[in-house]
Amino acid sequence: MSRQGMKYVDEFRDAELAKNIAANIARETDPTRTYRLMEFCGGHTHVISRYGLADLLPANLRMIHGPGCPVCVLPVGRVDQAIRLAREQDVILCTYADTMRVPASGHVTLMRAKAGGADVRMIYSTQDALKIARAYPDREVVFLAIGFETTAPPTAVAIQQASAEEMKNFSILCDHVLTPAAMHAILAEENGVALDGFVGPAHVSTVIGSKPYEPFADVYRKPVVIAGFEPLDVMQAILLLVRQINDGRAEVENEFTRAVTREGNLKAQALLAEVFELRDVFEWRGLGSVPNSALRLRPKYAAFDAELKFDVDYVAVPDNKACECAAILRGQKSPQQCKIFGTVCTPDNPVGSCMVSSEGACAAHYSYGRFREVA
Amino acid sequence: MSTVKPNYTRPLDVKNGRVEMSHGSGGRAMAQLISELFAAEFDNEYLAQGNDGALLPQASGRLVMSCDSHVVSPLFFAGGDIGCLSVHGTINDVAMMGAQPLYLSASFILEEGFPLADLKRIVESMAKASREAGVPIVTGDTKVVEQGKGDGVFITTTGLGVVREGVHLSGNLACPGDKILLSGSIGDHGMAILSQRENLSFDAPIVSDTAALHGLVATMLDSGAQLRVLRDPTRGGLATTLNEIAKQSGVGMMLHESAIAVNPHVAAACEFLGLDPLYVANEGKLIAICAQKDAQRLLEAMRIHPLAREASIIGEVMQDAHGFVQMTTRLGGCRMVDWLAGEQLPRIC
Repeated sequence: MSRQGMKYVDEFRDAELAKNIAANIARETDPTRTYRLMEFCGGHTHVISRYGLADLLPANLRMIHGPGCPVCVLPVGRVDQAIRLAREQDVILCTYADTMRVPASGHVTLMRAKAGGADVRMIYSTQDALKIARAYPDREVVFLAIGFETTAPPTAVAIQQASAEEMKNFSILCDHVLTPAAMHAILAEENGVALDGFVGPAHVSTVIGSKPYEPFADVYRKPVVIAGFEPLDVMQAILLLVRQINDGRAEVENEFTRAVTREGNLKAQALLAEVFELRDVFEWRGLGSVPNSALRLRPKYAAFDAELKFDVDYVAVPDNKACECAAILRGQKSPQQCKIFGTVCTPDNPVGSCMVSSEGACAAHYSYGRFREVA
Repeated sequence: MSTVKPNYTRPLDVKNGRVEMSHGSGGRAMAQLISELFAAEFDNEYLAQGNDGALLPQASGRLVMSCDSHVVSPLFFAGGDIGCLSVHGTINDVAMMGAQPLYLSASFILEEGFPLADLKRIVESMAKASREAGVPIVTGDTKVVEQGKGDGVFITTTGLGVVREGVHLSGNLACPGDKILLSGSIGDHGMAILSQRENLSFDAPIVSDTAALHGLVATMLDSGAQLRVLRDPTRGGLATTLNEIAKQSGVGMMLHESAIAVNPHVAAACEFLGLDPLYVANEGKLIAICAQKDAQRLLEAMRIHPLAREASIIGEVMQDAHGFVQMTTRLGGCRMVDWLAGEQLPRIC
């Protein structure tokens, strides 16, 4: 859009530079082969769709959407837990916006539970949840904590604060999940999706660093290029991946050096280690049960664990049979290969979680790209 | 001798008083609220008739009528408040039909306990907006609901206007080849509101664009350009309004991202919150669709008006049975600009 300028953002959305990178990609790709690249993060999926980057890439280079969308990988049973807490235990249930629209059992969402009288509140930060807990000392306030390594540190801060203030009415449903574990799950799967490389996470990598991706290059021989969330970042990362693939190299490269180091944010990592421990196993939508792939509160913070505080056991619930979210999250199907895409399942009435968030593969394709099928 | 002053009524305590149930009861308290606050501020010959309805002179031409309810939260925001918003909103709806707005009605739902001082500020702001626009508030109504059953004040306004001879605007008249014009930057109102919401407070010098657009519309009609559609992109923003028109007219559209103006503060706030300015509400902007041959003339006429200095041609209407609105991005790619899904920002107007 025409602007007087937004420093540190516009530089990464420059049309001329994008054209140059696109020309390099076109020149350097080998027309006799295909390039199948997975962008792990929903943030990248969104950028690719919003800026129409597919139009700048050659036909034999295909971007495959990965599972890195926090609300997409949240299984039905986890949303059910939150809805049960809000409806049956009369808690104030706080969560981030998109989570409110994820369909759970019986077509209920947190949004619909709210319309039915449950006290569900949309918040922008964990600090808002603490504020609500302080404002309503007589009510139980539960924060549905979702997301990857990016949203886990603010949750950890909130837990430490609640502990320091000896808050009695604040707890969390801890559904934080880990990126490298999901990448392992995708690569380790038999008959899994064929991939030539990864566009590596942006914000997640600011926390965990580039080091955790090294096994994907060393063991699985897949190049990984960590990229920022601006369109030029993604274009540049794609060019670097093409070069690695052409050279037969498999390395972890970092395009996002302005924010990511090999070691990552040590302070945030220490914070996570202090507050959380690994769950032995966690059910992901799409990826199924993945060992050591999620976090729960350490025993010293057990008083803030809503799963211990309330009677809300996790019950696994299968996805809607017609919904292809699982295959889409594994990169095995594209949104348009789902029978209910764009008809029964739309952003206004999502059936599967990938149609909920703008970072979800289905919502991104529906909102930004569906003209391509009829063109 | 008695000290009673038979003709004295203690005036409303506007400084410390609050709305009470009796202010909506139809009795003396209500009469006092109306006369000391509403009638005093809105003061005009039709309201002064003091009847159940306003008796208006005969109008010549086709009439346009439109109404709009306002539930904005917070009630006061940078660049305006619910009062002027409720005047501008309805004037704009009438003006988008190509009409000259003539009269407004105003209906208030007040919550018990609402400070009279705030109500006075709102009524003063409405009166000022109505005077500046030259569109009097000629009739009104007041109801009071118990505490907890409202949210301070809700205002519904209705506008009546007359369309000049030869003008025919409608959302179903966009034709392939037509040009799409936008009167200025987008997203200012929505982000002004959002930046002031309690749980989202961040300091950003963003001011609502709330304004009455009938003067601009008159200028555009005077230009002689063949206008087909006028619409103000309020809730749902530019994207949703263009999709409405595309659907109504059975056409597609191609926009150009680089032609759409966004105030840098609005762009930065949207970036921060993950919002797309294309979907953020405006209260002082309009979209015009006109014949290709007249686009330049219309653009020049608009740019002379203070409310459209930043006007630009943002795209074209095309043939498309799917009714898709597409956009060439700054990066040189193409994307769809879809309807708003779900609720981006509740209670924006």
